[in-house]
Amino acid sequence: MRMTSALPWTRSANMAFTLYSLIQTAILCTNAIAVLHEERFLSKIGWGADQSVGGFGDEPGIKAQLLNLIRSVRTVMRVPLIIVNSVCIVLLLLFG
Amino acid sequence: MDYSNQSGFRQRKLQPKFRMRGSAVDSSEPSQLFDDTSPGQSVVDKGQMAYAGQNLLSDPMSNLAMAYGSSLASQGKEMMDKNLDRFIPISKLKYYFAVDTLYVGKKLGLLVFPYMHQNWEVSYQQDTPVAPRFDVNAPDLYIPVMAFITYILVSGLALGTQNRFSPEILGMQASSALVWLIIEVLAVLLSLYLVTVNTDLTTIDLVAFSGYKYVGMIVGVLSGLLFGKMGYYLSLLWCCASIFVFMIRTLRLKILSEAAAEGVLVRGAKNQLRMYLTMAIAAAQPLFMYWLTFHLVR
Repeated sequence: MRMTSALPWTRSANMAFTLYSLIQTAILCTNAIAVLHEERFLSKIGWGADQSVGGFGDEPGIKAQLLNLIRSVRTVMRVPLIIVNSVCIVLLLLFG
Repeated sequence: MDYSNQSGFRQRKLQPKFRMRGSAVDSSEPSQLFDDTSPGQSVVDKGQMAYAGQNLLSDPMSNLAMAYGSSLASQGKEMMDKNLDRFIPISKLKYYFAVDTLYVGKKLGLLVFPYMHQNWEVSYQQDTPVAPRFDVNAPDLYIPVMAFITYILVSGLALGTQNRFSPEILGMQASSALVWLIIEVLAVLLSLYLVTVNTDLTTIDLVAFSGYKYVGMIVGVLSGLLFGKMGYYLSLLWCCASIFVFMIRTLRLKILSEAAAEGVLVRGAKNQLRMYLTMAIAAAQPLFMYWLTFHLVR
């Protein structure tokens, strides 16, 4: 018996990363961002869209960029996400 | 230029050459991206096709049909090229493959030994970056693509020496390495967006920079095959250090502001954040290099 097989990190990493799992990850992450509700959740923790507008300086800052990103994902990806999620649900129901 | 009366596809092939010639400072040969021999070839083809046509069918109706068919084909090709150009910018991709042997040799040397190189600036030519053939600092896609394919083959070789090889493993290695590359490029794009860096780094540039680490990985795995674990660790350490220095020196000029890039210590939160970002991108390279190769060497 080889001693190295006892240590868990010396076994071969099962990196079965396929492109399909990347697509799944992308769909899940986009869903997670699109689900953050504007007035029920984001305003409560101070991340609302009206709470980030500072001056008109040239440095938006990381928080403002993040809020911008969340709001634009929600606006742009709403309809495509509905379509993609429906397709995913149908495919998973049919093929498991 | 009196090429306007010729058929569509020949005109399309000649147009990039025309644009290059218009934008170059020095004359003729060295300013073209590729040596285009299309006029010579297509003249010969057209002549042969016309000769064969006249032999087989010699009535005017079939000539008309042939002319109509060829014009339809050229229109279809134009439309397909135009639509494909919308998704994959083919003309921009051509810039990244305009390399020659001397550039590849110098760039590979720079990737494993970047410590003596003094001038890391990309030279420009009337607002467009110079083709990689003429500037060793310009990013290209030839080395990353070749290194990626070589990495997959070398990993197949390494797995074969441990009797762990099967043809599906090659496909899995390829797709998982590709997935890590995509994840890394997306992470870098996201962080560049969040830090609001005004840079001219395009997505393809980032793919090129992320692909340069495959050279170090190949060197590490090959020396691991030849000299065992010690050789693998030593060469991986060397390649990690050189990729780290290479990335920092290349990205410093693109991400940081002018004053900070020259080494002057510029205070301010913005420059500090950008410096952290550069170091994070550069530090991710050795991590990926180790993560993608340690299971190949026993």
